[in-house]
Amino acid sequence: MTSLHIKQDSLALQPQAVRERQQAAQRRKQWFYLALLGVALVAPLAVYPVFLMKLLCFALFACAFNLLLGYAGLLSFGHAAFLASGGYVTGFVLSHYTGLGTELGILAGTLASAVLGLLFGLLAIRRQGIYFAMITLALAQLVFFIFVQAPFTGGENGLQGVPRGQLFGLFDLGDNLTLYYFVLAVFVFGFAVIQRTIHSPYGQVLKAIRENEPRAISLGYNVDAHKLLAFVISAALTGLAGSTKTVVFQLASLTDAHWHMSGEVILMTLLGGVGTVFGPVVGAGVVVTLQSYLSNGPLGEWVHVILGAIFVTCVLLFRVGIVGWVLKLARRNF
Amino acid sequence: MTMVFGIPLSVLLGQLLLGLINGAFYALLSLGLAIIFGLLRIINFAHGAQYMLGAFVAVLGLNYLGVNYWVALMLAPLLVGALGVLIERGLLRRIAGEDHLYGLLLTFGLALIVEGCFVKLFGVSGLSYPMPELLKGGYNLGFMFLPTYRAWVVVAALVVCLATWYMIERTRLGSYLRAGTENPKLMQAFGINVPLLITLTYGYGAALAAFAGVLAAPIYSVTPTMGANLLIVVFAVVVIGGMGSIMGAIVTGLAMGLIEGLTKVIYPEAANTIVFLVMVLVLLMRPAGLFGKEA
Repeated sequence: MTSLHIKQDSLALQPQAVRERQQAAQRRKQWFYLALLGVALVAPLAVYPVFLMKLLCFALFACAFNLLLGYAGLLSFGHAAFLASGGYVTGFVLSHYTGLGTELGILAGTLASAVLGLLFGLLAIRRQGIYFAMITLALAQLVFFIFVQAPFTGGENGLQGVPRGQLFGLFDLGDNLTLYYFVLAVFVFGFAVIQRTIHSPYGQVLKAIRENEPRAISLGYNVDAHKLLAFVISAALTGLAGSTKTVVFQLASLTDAHWHMSGEVILMTLLGGVGTVFGPVVGAGVVVTLQSYLSNGPLGEWVHVILGAIFVTCVLLFRVGIVGWVLKLARRNF
Repeated sequence: MTMVFGIPLSVLLGQLLLGLINGAFYALLSLGLAIIFGLLRIINFAHGAQYMLGAFVAVLGLNYLGVNYWVALMLAPLLVGALGVLIERGLLRRIAGEDHLYGLLLTFGLALIVEGCFVKLFGVSGLSYPMPELLKGGYNLGFMFLPTYRAWVVVAALVVCLATWYMIERTRLGSYLRAGTENPKLMQAFGINVPLLITLTYGYGAALAAFAGVLAAPIYSVTPTMGANLLIVVFAVVVIGGMGSIMGAIVTGLAMGLIEGLTKVIYPEAANTIVFLVMVLVLLMRPAGLFGKEA
């Protein structure tokens, strides 16, 4: 609460001109969001909707991951576990209780990931930095082995032919175009939750913890609770992405749980720009497009090599990412 | 037949021996990770790839150049160590001042590249490496059969681990290394060539991984992904032991191997996951790890 008050006070003290400029920037931002939404609404007329849905699912996944890495400074190497649990639980619920609305199936998957996120978080926030990454990776591998052996996941085959079902008992999601607008709504919801989190006083505290943890502690913030909440939100939204993906492809498989997936989401975020709002969306777009482009071409078998090379290049030369770089250019020139 | 907990003694001892061998690999790999982490402060995600490269040097050397096992045991660490030196000089040094997480990401990218190339070249099915003549056969100990090669793996790994421990804890070079871990700037002020020390450390860590890879070649199937899956378990071992001490890494590695072997006898379903479960328990009770120093 305190930080909110300070912000309002300082706003009142600012001269008229500064305030007007800020309001203008705010308006520009709103127009930008509206334009993007407009593009997203007409996009399925030009591009295959299933591809767009895949893109949106991975974009949400990367945004959720970025909430943790970009704003709380925590590198999780285990986010595949949340993507997969969301997918498996949704797949299981929709296959076994066919009368249930799709929205309830997705809700179940999201909740399952949130609970798993709580468990992971409680363990992982006990250590920092590199240990945090190793612990999340090891826990995700534990979950992977459980999925391999558990009876309800279908082992190597995964859950196939998951029915898409009906939304609120009204809309038949079997139609790709209907499903697309539903997936878009899910993405906008997830994106809005992340925006709200980042710009809330809670989000400000998260950034403070990222920048200087001992100072945040000395200011009296319960650092562990803040980190844990960020972890749970991130896990839940990742689960939401995984659940939605299962509905789109009617499939939940071990690929989602493999540590390669945890690596991919890091790459998307890094490539797009860590800690930027649209970076993960752009990064996910580039990586997903690249993957589907490569898998149809002669370079299909080199996908991992190419992803690895992008990884190395990003870390060595391009740590700001695409969106970070564009923002830097914009700041310099306007 | 003697029974322990309702399990035949020979089965129990056999699994414990297999566990001890896995533990020897955990020890060698986590030792390498701990040494690299001590000085460079990064987690070497390419460690699994370097282990795999060691095994492939042995296989390819034998198939194409007729290099025998004993030469490979020397050659592979040298080659992979040299590659490690190049990686440190060419890539890791450039990001030395950045957040340490970038080191993890960079080496992760390298691992993806190397493993991807090997999958493309050799497929995923795996190659086999013949047992060296000298180490064929085994001893009948009366209560169980002890294959010579398996005994050799444990002995060789232990000797290398203890030699490394001795070098770090008891020699002058080791004292530089330990001092560099504590305070590299002060070391440099005293006229020690810290950048060279860092390069050699990374090279040595990579060489240890390659040595483990050659040891593994005759008993495990040599595949491009053999290192990646092992590495995640080794990460868990590192979290359990904490990276504060060299001896801690060795002891934890062996202990985890034994626990895994024991689990295979008592409750086989959990054999894959037991190390991770132990990690969870350790995190709950002693977050810094069994031998860890920092909180």
